[in-house]
Amino acid sequence: MTIKEIQEEIIEDFELFDDWEGKYEYIIDLGKSLPKMSDEFKTEDNVIKGCQSLVWLNAYTEGDKVYFQADSEAIIVKGLVSMLLKVLSGHKADEILNADLYFIEKVGLAGHLAQTRSNGLASMVKQMKMYALAYTSQELKI
Amino acid sequence: MLVGTLNNRKEALNTLNIDNIRAEFPILDQDINGKKLVYFDNAATTQKPQVVIDAISNYYTGYNSNIHRGVHHLAEKATSAFELSRKTIKEFINAESTEEIIFTYGTTDGINLVAQTYGRSFLKAGDEIIISTMEHHSNIVPWQMLCEEKGCVLKVIPINDEGDILFDEYKKLLSEKTKIVSVVYASNALGTVNPIAEIIEEAHKVGAVTLVDAAQAMSHIDIDVQALDIDFLCFSAHKLYGPTGMGALYGKKELLNKMPPWRGGGEMIKEVTFEKTTYNELPYKFEAGTPNIADVIGITAAIDYVNKLGKKNIADYENELLEYATERFEAISGLKIIGRAKVKVSVLSFVIDGIHPQDIGVLLDQQGIAIRTGHHCTQPLMQRLDLVGTSRASFAVYNTKGEIDRMVEGIEKAKRFLL
Repeated sequence: MTIKEIQEEIIEDFELFDDWEGKYEYIIDLGKSLPKMSDEFKTEDNVIKGCQSLVWLNAYTEGDKVYFQADSEAIIVKGLVSMLLKVLSGHKADEILNADLYFIEKVGLAGHLAQTRSNGLASMVKQMKMYALAYTSQELKI
Repeated sequence: MLVGTLNNRKEALNTLNIDNIRAEFPILDQDINGKKLVYFDNAATTQKPQVVIDAISNYYTGYNSNIHRGVHHLAEKATSAFELSRKTIKEFINAESTEEIIFTYGTTDGINLVAQTYGRSFLKAGDEIIISTMEHHSNIVPWQMLCEEKGCVLKVIPINDEGDILFDEYKKLLSEKTKIVSVVYASNALGTVNPIAEIIEEAHKVGAVTLVDAAQAMSHIDIDVQALDIDFLCFSAHKLYGPTGMGALYGKKELLNKMPPWRGGGEMIKEVTFEKTTYNELPYKFEAGTPNIADVIGITAAIDYVNKLGKKNIADYENELLEYATERFEAISGLKIIGRAKVKVSVLSFVIDGIHPQDIGVLLDQQGIAIRTGHHCTQPLMQRLDLVGTSRASFAVYNTKGEIDRMVEGIEKAKRFLL
């Protein structure tokens, strides 16, 4: 699936909820089901700056695709991060770099993206794109 | 609405008409996420009554003008209102003279002023500065910067698990090397009210000067700088129902007179030639540039408002709220109150087993309840308590027990989601 198609799927999922409770239950469930990140990746280097709760992000490549792992102390942030992984992980670096993440606004979570001091979701997206950029640069060198 | 003076807490509830008080704060009358707003983030900033909003608005609409040097009507009117605020603050904290009141951008600015003027001028390598474990970053970092520059040593008063400072340990830290003792009056993270009179008394015995961070204390505790023999005191207007970006530093006149100016330009100048500049007298020596005139004027309205209600009445009512909330929160399984000091202001910090404080904050926000979560700019304190942070409800005079009930329900709901 393309990044756009995954976003559309998430937007459809959220359309099932007509109140905040359903949305947050869904996000919390996503957070709970996100695989725990191995402690070896929970390094200072992998901490996303700007988060009120600690968030770690790790990236690696397989073939021409970039994959992400992430974790957080706070379950709601973990759920939000889980959605970002679902959308961006496993795509080519240039697709990640050029991705327009409109689903965040569409599902009514734009506030979380804007609150850089408290939630750092924007920092998370930025870091994911930075990783993608780094891999793009590596490809160019090769 | 205030009717007479009160002697006990129970009477206070009957005396302050909270419905009328709430009506004076227009911001409270709104829905957040479809629910009536409950604002429990008062330790971060208090809401503003209409009289404060009007005072600021009236300045801009009626007599906006620069102060001190204008000869026209508007300038005179603005100058009078500006200087009235200095007098109002002087009386509010019982300073000896208006010359001892310096307008600042807030508490942090005041602490930095003292560190960068008194500290840089009178401290030398090996001198010691004492702070406490529960300090806000703004009462840590300016001293660290000074220590780095001058080679001074920063010492920290430890606390117990309840959040009280260990007074005997404080006394052990004091010596003839101690030059400054800078402590918070009331902790923003725990609510602890420190025994400030005793701390000052001990500091003075070794010849140290004292700085009191009164940011959290000003709206809750009557402060008499002369009775307490405080050398420096800083506060922010915005935690006292006043505007943001404005506060004051109180300093004993003899100390302020000895201190060099800090920022250059504007009202701090007496005469300038290219060869030499002479500086203005107190308090203007420390007030460079055009000040935040409107917000300085706003502080008079804020203090008048607090005086109208009566600080004791406010404190009594807030204590009633704190006791009620403590009781109700204690009944929530898995919830642990952080900060059990003997004397507290109306700050209630807590953690819940298995839940990150941020998750509680987000889910309460969805229910229209505003609290603060995180380390509250007291990271060393959180490290001492081995916490990533807390959730914090802090109460002001316009809050109600009904709102506390809503928060309890909100927490129970959040727990059902998160656990």
